[in-house]
Amino acid sequence: MAKIAVLERKCTGCGLCQSNCPFGAIEMVGGKPELNAACKVCGICVKNCPEKAILKLETKTSEIDKSKWNDILVFTEVSGNRLHPVGLELIGKAHELADPVGFKVKAVLVGNGVACYAEELRHYGVSEIAVYDDPSLSFFRADAYASCVEDYIRFCRPSVVLVGATSLGRSLAPRLSTRFHTGLTADCTRLELRENSDLVQIRPAFGGNIMAQIVTTHTRPQFATVRYKVMNPAVRRDTPYGTILSRNLPRDVALSPVKCIRVTPVPQKRNISDAEILVVGGRGLQKESDLDMIRELAALLGGDWATTRPLVEKGWTTNDRQIGLSGRTVRPKLILTCGVSGAIQFTSCMNASDHIIAINTDRNAPIFDVAHIAIVDDLYKVIPELISKLKEVQA
Amino acid sequence: MNIFVCIKQVPATNKVQVDEQTGVLKRTGVASKMNPYDLYALETALRLKAEHGGTVTVGTMGPPQAQSIIREAYMMGADDGYVFSDRRLGGADVLATSYTLSQAIRSVGDFDLILCGKQTTDGDTAQVGPAIAEYLGIPHAAWVSRLTVNGDGVDAEQQLQDVIETVHMPFPCLVTVEQDICMPRLPSLKIAREIGDKPIHIQGLDSFLDTDENHYGLSGSATQVERIFPPENDVEHEIWEEGNHAAHLMETLKKWKFI
Ligand SMILES: Cc1cc2nc3c(=O)[nH]c(=O)nc-3n(C[C@H](O)[C@H](O)[C@H](O)COP(=O)(O)OP(=O)(O)OC[C@H]3O[C@@H](n4cnc5c(N)ncnc54)[C@H](O)[C@@H]3O)c2cc1C
Ligand SMILES: Nc1ncnc2c1ncn2[C@@H]1O[C@H](COP(=O)(O)O)[C@@H](O)[C@H]1O
Repeated sequence: MAKIAVLERKCTGCGLCQSNCPFGAIEMVGGKPELNAACKVCGICVKNCPEKAILKLETKTSEIDKSKWNDILVFTEVSGNRLHPVGLELIGKAHELADPVGFKVKAVLVGNGVACYAEELRHYGVSEIAVYDDPSLSFFRADAYASCVEDYIRFCRPSVVLVGATSLGRSLAPRLSTRFHTGLTADCTRLELRENSDLVQIRPAFGGNIMAQIVTTHTRPQFATVRYKVMNPAVRRDTPYGTILSRNLPRDVALSPVKCIRVTPVPQKRNISDAEILVVGGRGLQKESDLDMIRELAALLGGDWATTRPLVEKGWTTNDRQIGLSGRTVRPKLILTCGVSGAIQFTSCMNASDHIIAINTDRNAPIFDVAHIAIVDDLYKVIPELISKLKEVQA
Repeated sequence: MNIFVCIKQVPATNKVQVDEQTGVLKRTGVASKMNPYDLYALETALRLKAEHGGTVTVGTMGPPQAQSIIREAYMMGADDGYVFSDRRLGGADVLATSYTLSQAIRSVGDFDLILCGKQTTDGDTAQVGPAIAEYLGIPHAAWVSRLTVNGDGVDAEQQLQDVIETVHMPFPCLVTVEQDICMPRLPSLKIAREIGDKPIHIQGLDSFLDTDENHYGLSGSATQVERIFPPENDVEHEIWEEGNHAAHLMETLKKWKFI
């Protein structure tokens, strides 16, 4: 929990906090603000004090009543002009977690012109979809977005809040969890819900060498971010279900000092996370031009190509091609790795693929522990032969 | 312009050991270095200072040994450095770490701009920066690949998924920077000679505004690590050692309907 404190030496007694306070909780006594019992510790005064003379202090956390926090809320991000697919994956996971304990799955949409996506979400078994749709939300400002989601969380009191581990989600989630003085676990790869509503969060830790099981036992809600392509997406149902709740813009949004100057679309490169077939080159490749072989094979198979980190470090390709903890998570139908040793930082982000084939000269390479087919051979022998056979078939 | 840069000491290798009981990193006896992503934050600060004047202060929450990264920051050109070190700060999760750093930054002084790396290589959450901003009640921009001073604040280019969004934030504000923002300089031996053993401030919890130890370290954390275990791999697999693998592969890909 928290309380508000005023730093006397910095306060100029301007009274802005008094006029800003939505709860009338601030009185000016002898020219200085004093807080009364109406204070909800919302922090509007903290955020808007021109002198930064007001601050939030933590006070001892008391045990909360978990039975008052129910259901699972998914933040369904809209990026560009689409519902980011990670949102549907989170809804899928939320159903798995919620159904056994009788929780409902809810969603929140924030942005400009996002109301249209609410109708689509009704096809995914979401019981309530809160919508904050306003021109002032047309670009992402972490503070303003956080105020909207915060507003809905206070309204619906979810036990768990799931956020996609996208750039936007990872900027938003920590502001939110801090507002509720609760835990946030990043990049979870596995989630389970206990009967007492504690969320078991499993994530790779310390560079992926080890898995950590993390719980948030004495605060609510429990926040977790999950990467794209880690969970199975929810299945679309024909009959829509659930209600759409259009919410008023919280007061804080207008107070955000952040102004958007410009938004430039990033040229949409094909994302390796979206590929159904991936051919991956590792340090077993001897020179940069050997990547052509990988690209050619990928093209022949109708897929995309990717690499391990060392090739990015050598400057042979860019980070958006990199699979792994410091790159992207992939989950294609088929992945063929060539000259990849299979370090945990790599395998932990591709081992959920449907079919894994690995080519490596070293029989003991750890990549073979995750591969369905382990080919102990020289990639310089296998790949060119495979390419010519594929060309024969396609000719 | 006064800038505060949050830097962290991390293990130099990825072979780290974890205390199985508490899930806390065993730091003793492991070689360590400055979190590589924080070098970009520090470089950004030094460049802004060169252009606009002001000071660059660095600070870290960590054990007394973390002085070595403050010294490294001095050798790159930082003006002042702090280690926030206290037994009671140990075992902090994101919530407690960011609370500690927000308290620590306030105790040091008033800063226009706070810079963080995009993430650490050990904690690896990318969450501490935005959480500090929330505690300080200031705006933030994350994943920033370009940062310029503009009037009463900064213009920051945030790399989001499908767009690059440039925002203006008035001071004070916090920014977490991407690697492509600049190329960090190397520590300079010349500076090292000039500054000699320039003092490093070491402060504990008692220098903070909030001195209640329940808000810090393990007891101020909302999350607990219950269990640590090795990643499991249990796939059934075929091993192909002999024969014509290309031909064999073609058959398999046909069987699986990829061709
Ligand atoms: C915090 C952290 C994060 C990291 N993040 C990532 C990440 O996101 N992604 C990533 O990839 N790595 C990451 N790494 C690095 C990772 O630990 C490994 O170093 C890296 O994945 C190894 O890449 P590789 O398999 O291409 O190279 P190597 O480990 O050098 O393996 C090359 C393999 O090729 C085989 N080979 C050689 N010649 C041939 C041939 N002619 N035919 C067939 N096989 C051959 C060799 O037997 C060997 O097994 C990270 C490390 C750390 C510490
Ligand atoms: N103990 C710490 N001391 C100082 N800065 C930190 C500490 N932990 C995290 N940070 C800052 O927060 C950023 C993100 O860290 P993380 O959330 O751990 O990935 C880092 O790049 C640092 O700038």
